[in-house]
Amino acid sequence: MSETVAPDLPTTAQPVIRPVIRVRDLVTRFGTQTVHDGLDLDVQAGEVLGVVGGSGSGKSVLLKEILGLIKPAAGRIELLGHDTADLSRDERAALQARTGVLFQNGALFSSMTVAENIMLPLKEHTDLPLSLIGEVARVKIAIAGLPPDAGAKQPSQLSGGMVKRAALARALALDPAILFLDEPTAGLDPIGAGAFDTLIRDLQRSLGLTVFMVTHDLDSLVTICDRIAVLVDKKIRVGTLEQHLADPHPWIHDYFHGPRGRAARHATD
Amino acid sequence: MVAERVWIKSRQGDAGSDGATGEGAWRLDAGGRWTLDAADAATAALDAIQLAKSASAVRFGLAGLEALDTVGACLLMGLADRLTAEGRKVTVLDARPEHAALIDAVRGAGKAAVKIVAPSHHPIIDMIAGIGEDSIAAGKEALDLIGFLGLVTITFARLLLHPSRLRVTSVFYHIQQTGLNALPILGLLSFLIGVVLAFQGADQLKRFGAELYVVNLLGVSVLREIGILMTAIIVAGRSGSAFTAQIGTMKVNQEVDAIGTMGLDPIELLVVPRAIALMVSLPLLAFYADIMGLFGGAVMSYATLNITFGQFILQLHTAVGIGTVMAGLIKAPVFALVIAMVGCYEGLKVSGSAESVGTLTTKSVVEGIFLVIVIDALFSVLFSVLGV
Repeated sequence: MSETVAPDLPTTAQPVIRPVIRVRDLVTRFGTQTVHDGLDLDVQAGEVLGVVGGSGSGKSVLLKEILGLIKPAAGRIELLGHDTADLSRDERAALQARTGVLFQNGALFSSMTVAENIMLPLKEHTDLPLSLIGEVARVKIAIAGLPPDAGAKQPSQLSGGMVKRAALARALALDPAILFLDEPTAGLDPIGAGAFDTLIRDLQRSLGLTVFMVTHDLDSLVTICDRIAVLVDKKIRVGTLEQHLADPHPWIHDYFHGPRGRAARHATD
Repeated sequence: MVAERVWIKSRQGDAGSDGATGEGAWRLDAGGRWTLDAADAATAALDAIQLAKSASAVRFGLAGLEALDTVGACLLMGLADRLTAEGRKVTVLDARPEHAALIDAVRGAGKAAVKIVAPSHHPIIDMIAGIGEDSIAAGKEALDLIGFLGLVTITFARLLLHPSRLRVTSVFYHIQQTGLNALPILGLLSFLIGVVLAFQGADQLKRFGAELYVVNLLGVSVLREIGILMTAIIVAGRSGSAFTAQIGTMKVNQEVDAIGTMGLDPIELLVVPRAIALMVSLPLLAFYADIMGLFGGAVMSYATLNITFGQFILQLHTAVGIGTVMAGLIKAPVFALVIAMVGCYEGLKVSGSAESVGTLTTKSVVEGIFLVIVIDALFSVLFSVLGV
């Protein structure tokens, strides 16, 4: 009959038809400087992808392009099956409701309390009654590992680690399918960073998130990432840790075989 | 005085461990603290070193060094390099391991072609090129600002279709900030300007015995120009800069990016409420400034010319009509829009560093005041053509 062999999947299973993030032939230029040249990337549903690269290799730029904050010079970016270039306002807003972003320094709105920060996306994207929005915000504060009194505080009253957790709670406000993290453990002490890694891993498992994480933290890469994407030579190389360890490319070799890389791997052995 | 904190000695012949001797064999020994704080003495000691022309092999002993930093290493290796350049063979020996490592590092760094002076051009050519670059940048900025006005207009039109999306709280907050909170300073300054105008006007008009016309002078100048212009300039300095700093700080903190990723529109959220607030508060402020300016003038007229308030008001009534008042106030919303656009636009242009918040805040005030005065001049031309 037909060639379709896949049976109808139950709704609980992951319908792995297309990658949740699909980047093709991406070109990014700033003036005369080319940052990405023909970059391809697939991120599968339910995986934790770590993105690494040297300074200026365009990690954060790639993140912003996928989020639609920067327009690439050429190429195609699909997010959850939608081409991000041709979306109407409402479609874009709907798509953005399915992604959560944790910026490097949290980017909490400084004029609002933590709870108001978390409630803002809910107020904007839903018509839920205020009492339910408050309830959801309380849950997010709790699962992000914040103490109960943190909700009423201003961002300026929080420590660095707490700001990250509050920002994570806001990123998770709308129960997104994809969570973007920009250097989540930067600026945290090793214990705080380890705890944050564990939190991300736990949430990823319990909420079924796909995580796109720009990081420099080798411990995070080793402990929580399923695959690692390395930005080298204006392109990206994706693979597991083992595959990268066998890669002869000088930058990748130095990165994973340097003293820090070794220490991180041994720590988890 | 600590004698010979830093020293270097030369002698002919070599008492080195290998016992090599001969006419061309010389020995240099350096010792003491070769550090930054002894650099003057070290330089003097180096200058005092004299080697015979015949010295062809120099053994440079560093065993006596007590302390060495990069400056000392540079000086010592400068001497070694100079001797080498003169065709002598220099051997450095007996340096302690930590000193040898520092010397190697300094030598290695010396080989790298690090430029510390920017390449210089002809100053006049630089100046002309600078004028050209600034002109292009100014033109581009003007175009971008017009584009930004268009973007805000579109957003505003969309808000008219969905009025529930307008941030009413934010609008009122900014009306309070830009309007209510500006009342004391604006009132005082307008009052003083009225006083000064009345005083100067009275001084001149007294010569013709036309003291009463000081009221006409005050009425026309305050109501048509000075009230609104003072208001616009103070608001540009107070609120235009505040807009840039607020939005710029949010930009640095990536809050504007965060708004974007939440499916919200930074223009709708940050710019439109500020623009609406300023367009409401600036006309009110301008009217208040008019009243305070006239009041200042009335007080001064009474004090110096004995014109009572009653006479003042009667004379004002004959001197100016509602048209004069409107000719001033009609400019207020336009100035408000310009100040808000410039303030928000510069704020959104902030990139990355905290420094750019400061630079662009200054720029926003200068640009705002500049445009207010230019547009005021255009209004004058327009009014004279229309005969208002």
